Amino acid sequence: MTQPDAMGKFGEFGGRFIPETLMTATAELEREYYKARDDEAFMGEFHGVLKEYCGRETPLTFAKRLTEKLGGAKIYLKREDLNHTGAHKMNNTLGQALLAMRMGKTRIIAETGAGQHGVATATACARYGLECVVYMGAEDVQRQSLNVFRMKLLGAEVHAVHSGTKTLKDATNEAIRDWVTNLENTHYIIGSVVGPHPYPMMVRDFQRVIGDETKRQILAREGRLPDAIVACVGGGSNAMGIFYPFVEDKEVRLVGVEAGGEGVETGRHAASITNGETGVLHGSMSYLQQDEWGQIAGTHSISAGLDYPGVGPEHAHFARTGRAEYVAINDDEAMTGFTTLSETEGIIPALESSHAVAHAMKLAKTMNPDQILVINVSGRGDKDTQIAAKYLGVSL
Amino acid sequence: MNRITKAFEEAAAAGRKGFIPYFTAGYPDEARFMDILDQAADAGCTAIEIGIPFSDPMADGPIIQASSEKALRAGVNMAGIFEMIRKFRAKYDTPIVLMGYVNPILHYGYGKFVEDASAAGADGVIIPDLPPEEAGELIDAARAKDFATIFLAATTSTDERMKLIAEASKGYIYYVSRLGVTGVAQAPSETLGAMIGRLRKHTTLPIAAGFGISKPDHVRNTVAHADAAIVGSALVKLIAEHEGDADLATRVGEFCREMLGAC
Repeated sequence: MTQPDAMGKFGEFGGRFIPETLMTATAELEREYYKARDDEAFMGEFHGVLKEYCGRETPLTFAKRLTEKLGGAKIYLKREDLNHTGAHKMNNTLGQALLAMRMGKTRIIAETGAGQHGVATATACARYGLECVVYMGAEDVQRQSLNVFRMKLLGAEVHAVHSGTKTLKDATNEAIRDWVTNLENTHYIIGSVVGPHPYPMMVRDFQRVIGDETKRQILAREGRLPDAIVACVGGGSNAMGIFYPFVEDKEVRLVGVEAGGEGVETGRHAASITNGETGVLHGSMSYLQQDEWGQIAGTHSISAGLDYPGVGPEHAHFARTGRAEYVAINDDEAMTGFTTLSETEGIIPALESSHAVAHAMKLAKTMNPDQILVINVSGRGDKDTQIAAKYLGVSL
Repeated sequence: MNRITKAFEEAAAAGRKGFIPYFTAGYPDEARFMDILDQAADAGCTAIEIGIPFSDPMADGPIIQASSEKALRAGVNMAGIFEMIRKFRAKYDTPIVLMGYVNPILHYGYGKFVEDASAAGADGVIIPDLPPEEAGELIDAARAKDFATIFLAATTSTDERMKLIAEASKGYIYYVSRLGVTGVAQAPSETLGAMIGRLRKHTTLPIAAGFGISKPDHVRNTVAHADAAIVGSALVKLIAEHEGDADLATRVGEFCREMLGAC
């Protein structure tokens, strides 16, 4: 596995499409990251905090009733919802916070959509006593006021971004603007496997703990690898985290589930691989939703965490080479995944993860009872209960 | 010879430094944008940079962001920009440099972009989020048409990177004289002379400095070291403030003359 290459490319995707001012900083980050990755003390501290603070390892739960209901493959759930703060995001923010401190940075900035990455970043900063500034689209600040309050409780400063579509992509632009201005003392914690090299690689490496554990757990439990792994893909960090340790295990089907919104055919969706074109956004080449003139298109998903017009470059590479397959699940189907997992297993999944559940429900039925399917339950759904209630026509 | 090189040579021969204004294409609307270009050319600007608006301008501050959003809402696109340049070129020889983010240009196609921009009468391009490492295809297409590729050097650039930037550039080199995004907030940093001195070890091309230049004094300090000063946000701000005034274009012309007077 030599991906990415020295230019940060995964095949034709990835790279560094950033202003000159950031080139030296990203090169320095890359150098420091390689040193940290090879430093046993650093990696020991990282895995230590994942265990002691984040609650890892997370269980691999056999979904008995869901398996029986569908009558196909044996379904296991990787329980990232049980991480501290309720999602896989902590794996990355703790890793990058440690790296920032190693580099002598005292100030952390982050972008956030629904607020999960913002909360995870604010949490890591509180834990390590780092200054934290989170950029969030003004629309999202309105829609996710609870998470804004959580971030403030954790000591972070939250800046509402009023430019563009006032959502995640614009928050990312604003974080980049801060970074290019405050390079000397500031580290930018990107929340997914996106951005310029080395971010897609680095975030993947911090998230691969999901797949490494899954592999150990399924081997201990079943004595063999799963036949399929299903995970949702917005930027794609939880999916990359669980896929990556299985990349060389060609017999394992890797399935990424994008947000089909109101239906890919309606144009109101966030399925960048399923229905996007090659382009450059936020520092790397990947698949993008864009108009005929290369302007970035607006996206839609019931799940704010998947509502992003791009996707991580390594996913684009997996799609291009066929190593992973990517499908889209609509809002309606995701809601069925949300309610079904809640009713059959007593686990309320995040709306993001509900996309993976919904596709797994289709896929499991096509598989035999002696086959194994793993769903990455990337986060818990408590944060989504208001949206779900509204969708289901229930007034709270 | 490329019009940009010629303009810098003529300025040098006359013992003057250069002044390069930046305008967002089609802002505040197409008709007034065309008038503004005429005024800038009549004032005797060394070259004019025309911004291709983009939905996600990550290297720009609020002033240029707002102008880009407005231009996009009015439907400004690459084909329309080429048409505007064609009209300007029928009247003036002032060099035109397009400045835009990589995605719209990549989407248009590097080769087709160079060909169509060149045919319209543009002389070069600046793409802030396309470093030389990623620009091979663009550079090849541009060299075939004598179309200038202007790369950015920054306060954070190492000598190794300066060499790379110098080798990839034609026309001039754009020196970004401070950290941060475009805007009027800050005068050029005090290290300007030292940085431009370092950059000159790697190139004989003219060096134009920009970011945070908004007053004749800034221009004077800048051209004490650089071959030209670039002003963007201050001009776009002026346009925003006088958008409703009948004398908008002449105000822009006066601003350019004032800056040229400091060169």
